[in-house]
Amino acid sequence: MATVELRFSALPEHVRTARLVAAAVARRAGVDESVLDEVRLAVGEACSRAVGLHQRGGIGGTVRVALTDQEKRFLIEVEDEAGPAAVPAPGAAEGGDPDDDTLGLAVITGLVEDLEVTKGADGGVIRMSWPVSAASVAV
Amino acid sequence: MDLSLSTRAVGDRTVVEVGGEIDVYTAPKLREQLVELVNDGKYHLVVDMEGVDFLDSTGLGVLVGGLKRVRAHEGSLRLVCNQERILKIFRITGLTKVFPIHTSVDDAVSATD
Repeated sequence: MATVELRFSALPEHVRTARLVAAAVARRAGVDESVLDEVRLAVGEACSRAVGLHQRGGIGGTVRVALTDQEKRFLIEVEDEAGPAAVPAPGAAEGGDPDDDTLGLAVITGLVEDLEVTKGADGGVIRMSWPVSAASVAV
Repeated sequence: MDLSLSTRAVGDRTVVEVGGEIDVYTAPKLREQLVELVNDGKYHLVVDMEGVDFLDSTGLGVLVGGLKRVRAHEGSLRLVCNQERILKIFRITGLTKVFPIHTSVDDAVSATD
């Protein structure tokens, strides 16, 4: 089970909250300070992408962020409910520029070495992980 | 933290000072500001990002959109940024080749190439 799990309505205003929570949990898990900026950015990108997929599809639903402190890795999963292939709905909400999606994935790919992007019947999952410093001591 | 925006004219350039976080929630405000400036006939923009704490791909998309708009009027969009963590995002996406990035507003305002 995830160390911390977060679910939020697929709306842009909640992405910042997800970033802050992910960075705080990652820090506590022992992820190196020097990569916390990357963690924050990658989670933000994954959540923005999920929100964008929901909005372009013109559907509501929630985005789930699971933060798991494994022994040697810190795992983050961002799951959307946007369906198998988010087809743009006519008159879908503003901000639905497909270029943003491409740019977002480019940033995630450039940042995260251990990355997996999958797409299921209900939606997609982005899995990313970072090493945990062995010297870390939870305080 | 929210996004803060202020603009001022320096010669024939318009400096847009941005502060706070540019993300999926706040980027539309920056987009509106850039669109408004172009609609007002301001085609030479300098976006000062020294006060930006966070930038994601949505923000990059807005800057690219702004660049397209000013270029349609033979204008320019220059960035001012010295923060390594922000510059890294431009490098990852290859956008350092697209935007002229300066170390100071003075430098950006006087640039002509």
